Amino acid sequence: MLIRPKAGILDPQGEAVQRALPALGFAGVSNVHVGRLVELDVPDEAQLQPMCEKLLANPLVEDYEVQLLS
Amino acid sequence: MKFGVLQFPGSCDEVDALHAARRVGDAELIWHAERDLKGADAIVVPGGFSYGDYLRAGAIARFAPAMESVIAFARGGGLVLGICNGFQVLCEAHLLPGALLPNSNLRFTCRQVDLEVAHPDSAFTGACRSDEDGGEDPGRAPAPTILSIPAKHSWGRYYADEATLQALEANGQVILRYAPGENFNGSLRDIAGVRNEAGNVFGMMPHPEHAVDPLTGSTDGLCIFESMRLTVEGSTSQNKAGWSPKSKHTTATPGARGAG
Repeated sequence: MLIRPKAGILDPQGEAVQRALPALGFAGVSNVHVGRLVELDVPDEAQLQPMCEKLLANPLVEDYEVQLLS
Repeated sequence: MKFGVLQFPGSCDEVDALHAARRVGDAELIWHAERDLKGADAIVVPGGFSYGDYLRAGAIARFAPAMESVIAFARGGGLVLGICNGFQVLCEAHLLPGALLPNSNLRFTCRQVDLEVAHPDSAFTGACRSDEDGGEDPGRAPAPTILSIPAKHSWGRYYADEATLQALEANGQVILRYAPGENFNGSLRDIAGVRNEAGNVFGMMPHPEHAVDPLTGSTDGLCIFESMRLTVEGSTSQNKAGWSPKSKHTTATPGARGAG
């Protein structure tokens, strides 16, 4: 599960990373956002969305995306 | 009047919350694994780092057995105060609107802040009126009551979407605001404390329980606890035949006392 701050909500962590990159010589970087990655094994894929809604993400302030690896 | 103070693994302000509550009434600790609210007339969800703040502050504490009882208690109209991490827990539990996000300065900040009491008539601020109300000039609006209370957190930036913010303002649910220049965490509309629509659940980021003794510089926090006492004792005395918080929650959680 990839969990990221919703667009338009202030993301001070992303901004701090974006400010740090030019100092290391990486010019022109924009739209930096920092989120979370949750990896897990589940018996049933249908569990994924409700577990994101209830616990892993806060849908009020975060978007999530489910990626199936196998 | 009895306060129940929750304690999660990682809570750290429950002792001060007990101390503050005992200045105005009785208080007892409720361990997170218990469902019995021990006959409390009001609940305090204290500050700290419940469950290590893993995932998001308050995200896991919301599902504690004690919180199931607190949610039922709140739905039945019982008074619930969330302080700092407790505020985060109440938002995660959807008992309060909005969310608390990392401070805009990305720092854990600990400092004394001035708070404006935006609604001195709420169940949690009824005893917070300042002495000066308008002065000699009857036409002048009364100066807002200012409370000096410490804040200490890294996830205190209050956020709600624009429609929610407008509804909060229209319903008078914004109870405390950071005074001008005091909003160090980037909270939208300087919101430091909000209540639910019904008015019986309230969360605030600063710590009234740390401001109840002259020894620590301010006693302004005491009025929050005193307001709750007035609300509870007023409501039980005026409401002899009907509802009281105590009977409500006893029905909701019959005798499920924990191991402690």
